[in-house]
Amino acid sequence: MITVLFFAHLKETLGYEGLHVEATYASSVALLRQKLADKGEAWAKGLACGSTLVAVNQTMAKEDAVLNDGDEVAFFPPVTGG
Amino acid sequence: MISVHCEDFDFAAEYQKLIKDNKSDGAVVTFVGLVRDFNEGSSVNGLFLEHYPGMTENSLKDISRQAKERWSLGRVRIIHRIGQLELGEQIVFVGVTSMHRKSAFEACEFIMDYLKTQAPFWKKETTQDGERWIEAKQSDQQQADKW
Repeated sequence: MITVLFFAHLKETLGYEGLHVEATYASSVALLRQKLADKGEAWAKGLACGSTLVAVNQTMAKEDAVLNDGDEVAFFPPVTGG
Repeated sequence: MISVHCEDFDFAAEYQKLIKDNKSDGAVVTFVGLVRDFNEGSSVNGLFLEHYPGMTENSLKDISRQAKERWSLGRVRIIHRIGQLELGEQIVFVGVTSMHRKSAFEACEFIMDYLKTQAPFWKKETTQDGERWIEAKQSDQQQADKW
């Protein structure tokens, strides 16, 4: 099982804080992003590469990062704290 | 030391913790960020701060570690608030001690520049036109890139 989390406006646009997918659902960040983007217009827009960052197990990750059972993947917009 | 919480912080108490029993450092630099009343052409009434629990703390610890690697620092304190904040409220505190002022000034600025571009916090403003998520600024990234 892979846990997928969404933050800030992405969470609001998609209407999901997070979801679970089987470990076999996607073997990399790029594949996960693509599969989620295929769920509909809001998903495709929200998960567009470039405007949405991704972290795997709470560390910033690249598109080719490999996903394993038990991983936590988070998609979010560029940060605006401080 | 890193703290992420809803509660306000006491600047004077934090300053005292930075200097208490600290005889080796001759410089203290602090920064406090506040909620201001105007942004991107609209009056702002308040701010909501969302974060990614766990990753936020790790990210701030990593930024603190990087600052300590780059400069010879004594103590580093970072506090970031989350949740609903009203106008004029304190958002963030960064305090750095060092033997000399240059390291303390630079490290404090470095920490804020990195925090603004790397730590997973997101601000949502309440304005006269409704709520809106603040968009990341290119100028903040450029500021962080200079390090």
